Amino acid sequence: MRQQIFATDKRIFGWLLLAAFLLVSCAKPNLDAPIPTYETGINPNAWAQVPAGEFLFGQHESVETTEAFEMMVTDVTVSQYTAWLTEALASGAVRVGEFNGKPAIVGFYPGDKFHGVKHEERIDPGDWIFIPLDDPASRFNFDGKTFAPKPGYENHPMTNVTWFGAWAYCNTIGGRLPTEMEWEKAARGSDGRPFPWGEEITREHANFYASRDPFEDMSSFGSRTSPVGFYNGKTYDEYTTLNNASPYGIYDMAGNVWQWTGSIYEGMHYRFMRGGSKDTYEMDLRAWVRNNATPTYFSPGVGFRCVR
Amino acid sequence: MAFLQDRFKYLFGSTKGLILVAIAMISIETAIWGMLSGPMAEMGVREVVVRMLGMKLVQAEREGRIIILYHSIAMAVVAIETYMILGLLKVKPFYKTAVTALITVGYWLAMIFGMGFAYFGRNWAFHGLYITGLSLIFFAGVLLCIALWPWNKEYYVADREYAHLKSGLDLERAAFFATAVTTVLSALFGAVPGSYFGNGFETFLAENIIRLPHKTTMEYSVIGHLHIMLALICIMITLIIGRWLNFKGLMHKIAMPLMILGTIVLNLGVWGVVTPLEPIAHMIIYVGATPSMLAALLLLIWSWNKLIKDGTAHIQKPGLGDKFAALLRDPLKFGPTWQMLFMNFTTSGIGIFMAIKLDEIFRVWPAREERIELTGHWHVLSAIVATIILMYYGDMIGLKGKIRQWYGWAIIILSDIAFAAVTVFEMKRLFISEAEQQPLVNGLMYAIDFGLGSLLVLLAIVMVWRLVDLFKHKGRWSEEMGQELSQEVAK
Repeated sequence: MRQQIFATDKRIFGWLLLAAFLLVSCAKPNLDAPIPTYETGINPNAWAQVPAGEFLFGQHESVETTEAFEMMVTDVTVSQYTAWLTEALASGAVRVGEFNGKPAIVGFYPGDKFHGVKHEERIDPGDWIFIPLDDPASRFNFDGKTFAPKPGYENHPMTNVTWFGAWAYCNTIGGRLPTEMEWEKAARGSDGRPFPWGEEITREHANFYASRDPFEDMSSFGSRTSPVGFYNGKTYDEYTTLNNASPYGIYDMAGNVWQWTGSIYEGMHYRFMRGGSKDTYEMDLRAWVRNNATPTYFSPGVGFRCVR
Repeated sequence: MAFLQDRFKYLFGSTKGLILVAIAMISIETAIWGMLSGPMAEMGVREVVVRMLGMKLVQAEREGRIIILYHSIAMAVVAIETYMILGLLKVKPFYKTAVTALITVGYWLAMIFGMGFAYFGRNWAFHGLYITGLSLIFFAGVLLCIALWPWNKEYYVADREYAHLKSGLDLERAAFFATAVTTVLSALFGAVPGSYFGNGFETFLAENIIRLPHKTTMEYSVIGHLHIMLALICIMITLIIGRWLNFKGLMHKIAMPLMILGTIVLNLGVWGVVTPLEPIAHMIIYVGATPSMLAALLLLIWSWNKLIKDGTAHIQKPGLGDKFAALLRDPLKFGPTWQMLFMNFTTSGIGIFMAIKLDEIFRVWPAREERIELTGHWHVLSAIVATIILMYYGDMIGLKGKIRQWYGWAIIILSDIAFAAVTVFEMKRLFISEAEQQPLVNGLMYAIDFGLGSLLVLLAIVMVWRLVDLFKHKGRWSEEMGQELSQEVAK
């Protein structure tokens, strides 16, 4: 009798364990959970000078050269992008349309040359998606006319923006997306360092997967973006950061969000991203690491910045 | 002194001892290097291990380190398979001794000095010894091919129940031979680009260049090499399991020609990626993979049928329940073929699905997602081979009764929980967005960590038990010293 009860208990315990596992795994996280707000003191409207000259490019460090250029000191913020979108919508430069049957902001892109290479897809002239309008992970509100950052996300990087959306923003403000080479030089300077600040990475240097920053909660919504320029050596409440500026004073070139680059390669419709993100391990934060996706891809872990 | 001599003789002079040493080496390496990634890294264990062991992890060398890590574990697995072949098949004593000595010294050099070079500073003497180790393993492979030469009349079949030609040529031996020869040739297929890229540290991981439309011949060669070597390790373990279970009869006669055909065509397809045949290489690979997988399916049907027949022999009219119980009564004999079947859900199925929906689904996602799928599915495949080896090993060391049941079922259930979770993790983007995935990811990680962690604990228990046994005067080791795998083939 006692054995029977014990066996039944064990079975119940097993089912409870399984039920708990399924509940934990299937629980929907609160994507609008309150986020701590911090003023970083870094100006997102500032541009940094990157001088012309040689630098070590790629993991195997081939010597390459760039012209002089300026790069935004931080990623484009939600405030900056939403302000631009509101103006662009009012001027008719963008419109509310659809992408894959879902509402989106779309705008014109002049298209790419098609080479017919295996796996290559056509990017024809026409309206392409800039941002989705119904994605719960987006960090802005839209009332039909005006875009505004969700409270607390004003100084966070603009995410859920496609390559087309990033391309259009940079072009409109008189700049462009950086080439992969420009991006890497801006990130690591000319001495071949793997990270913008030097040789090694710690959790206090950048926002990456499970980096224990004040914005993440790995038990529910996971990693979230941090304000641009957050990792500048300041202490926020009890959280002390290390300065992650590149040799040219550019912030967040490792972690937080992947950054779209402007290079377009023959036979490929993919666009390349650099820098790693809040959702990747630190190995992806090395300056030479590449990621790529179709230009219509958007994600809460992808943003951009411009050069001129 | 005699104490050490006897143990040394067992560990390096008997098949079972050699297999134990290789499993122990892999266990140690897995335990240490498993702490450098995934949840262990997240928990901060990696930093402690790196500091404690004095590892030197240069950021730019990560890919090179991983390549050496894969190779060092793979070499020990190849050594285990070689010991099994030499223990199961008839070969001349000279070849047995020579191949065993070469491959043992080879994988030890490759493992110790390879890992020393990769993780503890770039000591070029270590690199030289690592390459020496790989070369010795290659030479052992060449000798193994000679030893397996199936046209030697000594090795013609005496029992007509086994697949053979009219002349008596043993087709199972021919299948072992074909797999060994193509393995040696495919090793060259990796050695050439390995030397090219290794000379200057221009290493790369195949999954990172998969989307580039233009790849060099050397890059194609690396991609081909890694695919075919893993496939050949799988084919070889299937043949080994077939021999251990004494696969024979009609199905054996159909399976062995299929295995030979599949192995050769599969290799031709993979080698074709560096020739003008590249555009149709994948088609050739599919054509080759089909007969190989069919042969494995025949082994599965035959072995399950045998388990059922043997297990219900005492019952006059066995019902479905009796048959099912008979099939599952010995997890160590049921497990290897079950894992082969399970592989179709976690590896082949995923691979085929990805191939069919590549542009439509998978290449809409970012490259990092595709990398997860690629690395996930071959990690699972490698781990499945490891579980099959462990199950055969459990039988080899004579596990009986409840311990046999616990050991066998623990391997099957724990590994399959982990592999299933990995598969869901790979495919998660099909049904959940990046923003909402964390709870699911956490759940899957618990399942993976629980499955693999418990499996490693089980392995550690077995290893400690075997270590303690070595200190006994008349331990199990002393019995195993005189035993050979061929004597233990199922009746």
